[in-house]
Amino acid sequence: MGSLNAEHQLFQQNPVTWSWEQVYLCSSRILEIIAFDELKTDYKNPIDQCNTLNPTVEKVKKIKRVKIALKLVLPEYLIHAFFCVMFLCAAEWLTLGLNMPLLAYHIWRYMSRPVMSGPGLYDPTTIMNADILAYCQKEGWCKLAFYLLSFFYYLYGMIYVLVSS
Amino acid sequence: KKTSLNIVNIQQTTTQLALGGPVCPVQNWMQFPSGYGSHPPNYSAPSGHYSQVPNKAAASHLDNQYRASYYPTYYSSPAQNVMTPSVGTSVLNTQESQQLYNKTPHTVGSAEGPVQGAISSASYLHTSAQQSYSAFGNHYSTSVSSSVASQGFPLNSDHYAMPVVSSAVYPNVSYPPAAPGSVYGQAFTSQSLPVVGQVKETNKFSSQSTSVPHSLQQHVPVGYNTTLSTTSSAQSVQDNLCSNLTRSVAKVNNQINTGGIDSSQPVHSESQSVSFTKPGAGTSASSAVISSVRTPAPSLSSQPRSSPSVPQSPELALQEGMQFGGYVNNQASSAPAPLSSSSDDEEEDEEDEEAAIDSSSTTSSASPVLNNYDALEGGGYPETRSVTSSPVPAPSVPQTSKASKPFGYGYPTLQPGYQNAAAPTPVQPSNPGHHPGLQHYPQQYPGVNQLTSSIGGLSLQHSQQPESLRPVNLTQDRNILPVSSVPAPVPNLNSDLRKLNCSPDSFRCTLTNIPQTQALLNKAKLPLGLLLHPFRDLTQLPVITTSTIVRCRSCRTYINPFVSFIDQRRWKCNLCYRVNDVPEEFMYNPLTRSYGEPHKRPEVQNSTVELIASSDYMLRPPQPAVYLFVLDVSHNAVEAGYLTIVCQSLLENLDKLPGDSRTRIGFITFDSTVQFYNLQEGLSQPQMLIVSDIDDIFLPTPDSLLVNLHESKELIKDLLNALPNMFTNTRETHSALGPALQAAFKLMSPTGGRISVFQTQLPSLGAGLLHSREDPNQRSSTKVVQHLGPATDFYKKLALDCSGQQTAVDLFLLSSQYSDLASLACVSKYSAGCIYYYPSFHHSHNPAQAEKLQKDLKRYLTRKIGFEAVMRIRCTKGLSIHTFHGNFFVRSTDLLSLANVNPDAGFAVQMSIEESLTDTSLVCFQTALLYTSSKGERRIRVHTLCLPVVSSLADVYAGADVQAVVCLLANMAVDRSVSSSLADARDALVNAVVDSLAAYMSTASNLQQSMLIAPNSLKLFPLYILALLKQKAFRTGTSTRLDDRVYAMCQMKSQPLVHLMKMIHPNLYRIDKLIDESTIHVNDRVVPQPPLQKLSAEKLTREGAFLMDCGSIFYIWIGKNCDNNFIKDVLGYPNYASVPQTMTQLPEVDALSSERTRSFVSWLRDSRTLSPVLQVIKDENPAKTEFFQHLIEDRTEAAFSYYEFLLNIQQQVCK
Repeated sequence: MGSLNAEHQLFQQNPVTWSWEQVYLCSSRILEIIAFDELKTDYKNPIDQCNTLNPTVEKVKKIKRVKIALKLVLPEYLIHAFFCVMFLCAAEWLTLGLNMPLLAYHIWRYMSRPVMSGPGLYDPTTIMNADILAYCQKEGWCKLAFYLLSFFYYLYGMIYVLVSS
Repeated sequence: KKTSLNIVNIQQTTTQLALGGPVCPVQNWMQFPSGYGSHPPNYSAPSGHYSQVPNKAAASHLDNQYRASYYPTYYSSPAQNVMTPSVGTSVLNTQESQQLYNKTPHTVGSAEGPVQGAISSASYLHTSAQQSYSAFGNHYSTSVSSSVASQGFPLNSDHYAMPVVSSAVYPNVSYPPAAPGSVYGQAFTSQSLPVVGQVKETNKFSSQSTSVPHSLQQHVPVGYNTTLSTTSSAQSVQDNLCSNLTRSVAKVNNQINTGGIDSSQPVHSESQSVSFTKPGAGTSASSAVISSVRTPAPSLSSQPRSSPSVPQSPELALQEGMQFGGYVNNQASSAPAPLSSSSDDEEEDEEDEEAAIDSSSTTSSASPVLNNYDALEGGGYPETRSVTSSPVPAPSVPQTSKASKPFGYGYPTLQPGYQNAAAPTPVQPSNPGHHPGLQHYPQQYPGVNQLTSSIGGLSLQHSQQPESLRPVNLTQDRNILPVSSVPAPVPNLNSDLRKLNCSPDSFRCTLTNIPQTQALLNKAKLPLGLLLHPFRDLTQLPVITTSTIVRCRSCRTYINPFVSFIDQRRWKCNLCYRVNDVPEEFMYNPLTRSYGEPHKRPEVQNSTVELIASSDYMLRPPQPAVYLFVLDVSHNAVEAGYLTIVCQSLLENLDKLPGDSRTRIGFITFDSTVQFYNLQEGLSQPQMLIVSDIDDIFLPTPDSLLVNLHESKELIKDLLNALPNMFTNTRETHSALGPALQAAFKLMSPTGGRISVFQTQLPSLGAGLLHSREDPNQRSSTKVVQHLGPATDFYKKLALDCSGQQTAVDLFLLSSQYSDLASLACVSKYSAGCIYYYPSFHHSHNPAQAEKLQKDLKRYLTRKIGFEAVMRIRCTKGLSIHTFHGNFFVRSTDLLSLANVNPDAGFAVQMSIEESLTDTSLVCFQTALLYTSSKGERRIRVHTLCLPVVSSLADVYAGADVQAVVCLLANMAVDRSVSSSLADARDALVNAVVDSLAAYMSTASNLQQSMLIAPNSLKLFPLYILALLKQKAFRTGTSTRLDDRVYAMCQMKSQPLVHLMKMIHPNLYRIDKLIDESTIHVNDRVVPQPPLQKLSAEKLTREGAFLMDCGSIFYIWIGKNCDNNFIKDVLGYPNYASVPQTMTQLPEVDALSSERTRSFVSWLRDSRTLSPVLQVIKDENPAKTEFFQHLIEDRTEAAFSYYEFLLNIQQQVCK
């Protein structure tokens, strides 16, 4: 029940951000999945593709940091990390434990990204490789599932706390 | 009825004779061309003949029209042929094969002598009869000549008749009872003459040695078909007959030898069959017999029906003669390609003996792709061999399918053409009886069913184990290397398709039998993939101008020889199986000027074609050729002295740069600043503009930096002359490569084009600066090799930007120290450029590298180039592309964006099987390369490869192409070593061998498990993998500079298969006894063919001299006790001690051994585009280590010997 309490607290603290962010996570995943699917079925040029997925150097210069957050991959990682921090603060160990593997994966993923000067994960020259493309797609689906499940779990927790209080 | 037919035939031939007049063919020729070329109607005269050899006639007809009205064609140097004095057959052969065709060997064979005439006529036609197309020249002219020659066109008939030798000799010798003498002899002449010639050849060769190597075939590919045809005819007749025949042939042969060798040109020309000789030099005749015995049935069954002249008459002689004639006719008719009369393709270098022999049975239906590849466009390196599917037929073709083929397939084909094209002839009435309409109907539109059924029958017969599956015990069988080069396996298709199939030189698949499911592929543990060399220089290539390019409406596949016509109006795509309409224009066949023969269009007759694209295929008007040279002029560069060489080469080749009147050129130099050169027309001298703001580079005068080559030629020359001396006193050591590249990109982005960058050190200023990452102490580390990937993505991003603007960057790295090629190479890799690396380059200290740079530059500057290209690879539904390897940017799953494409670029593609292929028996791959030629034309080069699908593991192994497998694995290993680690990649390579051999051994249960057994098709697999592990790219433990390693990896990714194989497994020859070796004749030269030696020091004797062909370099190693005569004659020095350390050329000494050696070396050189550097090595030479590192079968401190490697594998397999 501790975690549910934490949810409650979270919800109490920042209800709008919380739901918005969780929805954002899901929707960003969906967009990414769609993006990869488009790639695979040949509607888009990978350079364009990777530009929507990673901000390029020029864009980083031009656009403020806030705007980077609207780009897909990096903000997703940041938001997820933010969740984890919040759970940590609320001492919600179970939920934190559930999220730790994904956090670790995100860190590993970003560390092992291809050499590139700007932020971002995807390299337009290798993304068309069938293995990498398939991997990215699978990753997208798995994460989407995870976010959806956790969304409902949090929702459940929130409602439970609301009802029980 | 049949007898009457026979008679008719004879009469026809006689008519021919009368028409042509047996004497002095050349003169006749000269007269002919005018009428013949301009007015096809003239043909009516020979119409009689047509009926006889309908197909051929049709073909010739086609050709003519083709040439005259339809195709702009390139004519590939007719001059040579014309000029050629009829020296020796072989000479003629080779020349022809090289230049003109690979066409139908038969034709060619027959054409050779006549070719002189024919060609002259053709060329004549060109000039005169070709009106509007003069610009393009004729591709098909060659075909014309050849076909004409073979056809027994009146013109030809002269020639044929001419073969006085044959006609005279033949009746006398072999068929004394030839009462119908003249007539019969005549008939015989036309067809069998080739045989005579051939035999003669044989004799020539027999003296040399029995084992005429494959290379023979390469060069003298022609006419062997003819032999075969005769053979097959012989087959079809009773055995005794055939034996008679051969005997007679042999006799003829003798006669010719003794008396009339030079007597008749035609003979020379006709004898092409050298290739055939190969199996057993002197015994071509006998081999033919054998073959006939082997596979008598198919031809027998087909023969009687298809050949109108099956001998029924009592007269033996007549019979025989007729048989011949009939058969040949038959053959001709059976050839599906209208352009080519029956003939095999010359390509043969790859074919193995047995197959060649066996092929006699199939020849009847064989008609290869007619290749008129343009030499002109090719810019220089005409390939020695022609491109076509190799004719080797499957030995185990089931009889049913066979029987139906020549008959249902081939013969009818010609019918329509001939009926349409040829004027009604007296014979015609009789023909119908023989070829009922229903026969030709299926042929015309071979439905899928038909195809599949005939192919289905072709699947490997298990009763007779194919050669490629013969188990080889690797640990015991030590001599696994073939005598000459390793042949490409031939897909197990029916002969029609095989003939039509794409040349293995341009298009090769690792598995020539495609497994039905991914599960089967996984079981085989072999990679499935394609090796492409799409923009290869071709000597002959059909170029097609048409208003509508016919493509499948759903998958956009170009129409190709493997589609099926459901009826006249519809065709079924062979990749997606959609049924498409045949457009109205396509119905008209400009070759025959006939309507309703879409299946005879050249697009459907050639698996490699080039289409001139309309404006639909342009996103913008075709760009001009634009060349920008970016030159490093820092102190380091000036010290190395490369500028002189580059400027000199440019000056020499300025006029040969591919391009048209719009060609533009520009120069940028850089050290710590970037210098631009204003070459605007009207200036009195070039103007240098220095931009020192390298952080924000800009173009000082954007309009006048890239100038028209022709308008500003003087200024350009001035600049090139001045450039080498302009920076002699520079003290600038920095290099601002990044900014210079950015400037170049800005300069090029409006048009696109080619940037050639010459860099001599690590870029040290501005964007893209790099730091040294190599730790020299780690060079020979056995563990981790780091820094194989780029240090920065600056170059990659720049390359992507360039690629987006249709600009390719070619990198020449000439450096003595570490320059981080791993990072720099990205700029070429992703912009579809090429990379050249000259380690420790110095113009005077390292003359070998200087020479190499010079030669490479010459090739680089003059070779063909395609701009703003894209390449799409399509494959049959169910297959999908997994990964691409090469230099390009992948724009979508099957589309490569190539800013430039060059003829030396190779690509590899990994494929996967997504859906089961159970419902199809054939899969096809099609590569379409759309590019802008240097003349501003938008063109599409289409290659189509067709392969059978198999369902058993054994068949998959039987079809494995070990060279392609190894090359694909090398590509994959490069990827792996960059993305993971070198050790990982090495393990993966070893595992590839272990897994596949283990899988094979588990399928063959009857094998002893304790031995290491490989199928014959994979017997070289462990050897090649070991070679790969010892290659610079993947070796560990041996000191290897990082740049060398990275360069080797780049090469693996971007070299075509032929070159890559030489890099991986060099060829070693012993050259001190070349006089004793068997020889072939190429262009007047006698080229010895020493056998391949194992790459092992045990083969190196102190008494010998050896040549190692590593692709880009030749080493000549001289043993201490080498014969002084050899050293004196070949090297030009009195003894071993006096041979200098650095020797890069063989002197021209007037001695036989010298001449042979030089001709051998230059023959090796001719076969590749980058002319390799020659290095003579003695024991105390420092380059010795390089040489010995290539002896991959030996043990080194860090690596296994071959035998140890095998034991190691065996251990792992048995685990």
